[in-house]
Amino acid sequence: MSLLEVRDLRIHYGGIEAVRGVDLAVEEGELVCLIGANGAGKTSTLKGVLGLVAHSGAVRYAGHPLKGLATHAIAARGVALVPEGRGVFARLTVAENLDMGAYSRRDRAGVRADLDHVYNLFPRLFERRAQTAGTLSGGEQQMLAIGRALMSRPRLLLLDEPSMGLAPLMVQKIYETIQAVSREGVTLLLVEQNANLALRVSSRGYVMESGAITLSGPSQELAADPQVRAAYLGE
Amino acid sequence: MIMGFFRKHPQIAFVLLAALLLALPFLVGAGLGKSWVRVLDFVLLYVILALGLNIVVGYAGLLDLGFVAFYALGAYVYAWLASPHFGLHLPFWAVLPLGAALAGVFGVLLGTPTLRLRGDYLAIVTLGFGEIIRIFMNNLNAPVNITNGPQGINLIDPVAFGGFAFAGTHTLLGLKVSAAHLYYYLFLAFTLATIFVAMRLQDSRIGRAWAAIREDEVAAAAMGINTRNVKLLAFAMGATFGGLAGGLFASFQGFISPESFNLLESIMILCMIVLGGMGHIPGVILGAVLLTVLPEALRHIGDIQRAWLGQVVVDPADLRMLLFGAALVLMMLYRPEGLIPSRQRKREFHAEDSVAEQEQASLYDARG
Repeated sequence: MSLLEVRDLRIHYGGIEAVRGVDLAVEEGELVCLIGANGAGKTSTLKGVLGLVAHSGAVRYAGHPLKGLATHAIAARGVALVPEGRGVFARLTVAENLDMGAYSRRDRAGVRADLDHVYNLFPRLFERRAQTAGTLSGGEQQMLAIGRALMSRPRLLLLDEPSMGLAPLMVQKIYETIQAVSREGVTLLLVEQNANLALRVSSRGYVMESGAITLSGPSQELAADPQVRAAYLGE
Repeated sequence: MIMGFFRKHPQIAFVLLAALLLALPFLVGAGLGKSWVRVLDFVLLYVILALGLNIVVGYAGLLDLGFVAFYALGAYVYAWLASPHFGLHLPFWAVLPLGAALAGVFGVLLGTPTLRLRGDYLAIVTLGFGEIIRIFMNNLNAPVNITNGPQGINLIDPVAFGGFAFAGTHTLLGLKVSAAHLYYYLFLAFTLATIFVAMRLQDSRIGRAWAAIREDEVAAAAMGINTRNVKLLAFAMGATFGGLAGGLFASFQGFISPESFNLLESIMILCMIVLGGMGHIPGVILGAVLLTVLPEALRHIGDIQRAWLGQVVVDPADLRMLLFGAALVLMMLYRPEGLIPSRQRKREFHAEDSVAEQEQASLYDARG
C-alpha cells in the first residue's frame, strides 16, 4: 500500500481543465519528484491532494480516502506543505512561524525537541529567531518554510518549487537539507521546474505536461530519456 | 524619566491610573462642564467598539466596513426588550447578553457567505451588509411595526440595579452623582473587561491562528488551522462586542434611530483602529479616545472665533469635519503605522534601530 495514492485527479478552474486525470503514487520513505514546465498543473496537483481546490478523482493517504476532508484535517493527519513562494507569515517572527508549524500538536516535549532539531538543521534561523519573517532573505524564508513544515513532524512532506528564485549557493543548501530530511525517513513529494536538480536527488519521477503525466519511472532513467533531456534538461 | 519610574514601580502606576480613572468624571465635570462627562461615556463606548472591530480587522485581517450593523443590532435588541415600544421591560443584565449574542450570530451569518472573499471584495460585501441592516431598521415599521422606522424607539429603560435606576441625579456619600457619572463607571467596567478579553485573545492559540490567516491563508490551512471556523469566530467575537456596545448605547441614550448607525459610523470606528495602530490594543484605545474627543473639542471653534475675531466667521460645524479630515491626512502621511503601533508594524514603516539594520543586511544572500 502506497502512502499517497492519486487516481484520476481532475481539477477545473472555470472552463479550463488544469489537471486532466493524474495518477501517481508515493511509497513510504520515498523521495519522488514531479517535474514539468510552468503551467503544467504541478502546483494544482498538490492543491488537489491537500483539498485546497475542488477536484474529482480519488486521493488516498495511508490507505484512507481524503475525499471530503478539509485541508486542516488532512494536515492534522501528517501531510505538510512547503508552499510555492514560501508562504511564510511575514509579520510574525521566525520563532512564531515555527510555532505555527506545530499548531496541531499537543506533545510539548516533542515540539521542543523538534524546534531544536530545526535550529540545528538551519542555524541561520536560530540567529534570526526574533526577526519578523518578512525581513528574511529569500533563501532564509525557504529555510523557514521547510522548518515550519517539519515542526508538524510530517509523515508526508509536499514541497512546491523550493529552488524558485534562489541564488545557486542557497539552492544547494536547500537541497542538501531536503536530502537530509529524506534520510530521516520522511516521505517527500517534490514539485520542481528545475528538472536536473530534482531528478538528481529523487529515486523516482513523474513528468507532467498540460495537466497530464506523460512519463514516469526511476529518476536515473528519466534523466537519460532523450525526450526529457530535450524538453527539460536543455539539450 | 517619569515613564522609567513607572516601569520600575508598576504598582504605583497602577494605583495612580486607577485613581485617575475613578476621579475622571468628577475632574472633567468640574473642569470642562457637565456635557463632557457624556463625552467621556461615549469615549468608553467607542473603545469597546474599536476593540471589537480590531479583532476582525487587526487580528484576523478581515476588512469589515459594516461593523456598525452589529452595534445597531445590540441597540435594537435592547430597545425591543426594555421600552414601551413592545411594552417589555426586561432587566439590563438579561437584555445586554441577548443583544450581544444575537449580534454574534449575525456575525456568523455575515461571515459565512464571505469566507472566500478578501480585501476590497470583502469590504464591499460587509459595507452592503451594514447598509442592509440600517435600511431594514428604517423600513420595518409596516405592515408590522417592529422598529418604528425613521422615528426610532424612544423612552428606553435606563440601566437599573434593583430599584436604583441610572437616571436623574442621586446623592451618594455626599456627592452629587448624575446618570452620566453612573454610566461612566458601568461603561468603565465593561471597557476593562473588553480590554482584558482582547489581550487574552491576542496571546491565545486562536489569536495566533488569526495572525496566521491574516498573513497567508493557504499556509495557515496547511498548518492545520481550520480557517473557516477561525474566521467565523473572528466575525462572531467582533460582532459580540459591537452588540454589547449597542445595548449600552441604547440604555444610555434612551433613544435610538437608524440614523445613529450609518456608514460614517463604521468608517469612524475603522479610522480609530488605523489611526491608533492596527492590531495593537493601546493604540486602538488611544485612537478611540482621540477620534471621540477631537470632534467634540472642535465644536468650540465657534467660541474661539468669537473671542479672537469678535464674530463667528466660519460655521464650526463645517470647519470641524475639515480640520478632522486634515488631521487624518497628516497622520497618514507622517505616521502611517499609527500613533502607538505594535513592534512589528513600527519596524515595517521605519527601519531605524539596530535590529532593522541587521534585517536590512540579511536581505543580501551572498554570504550563503
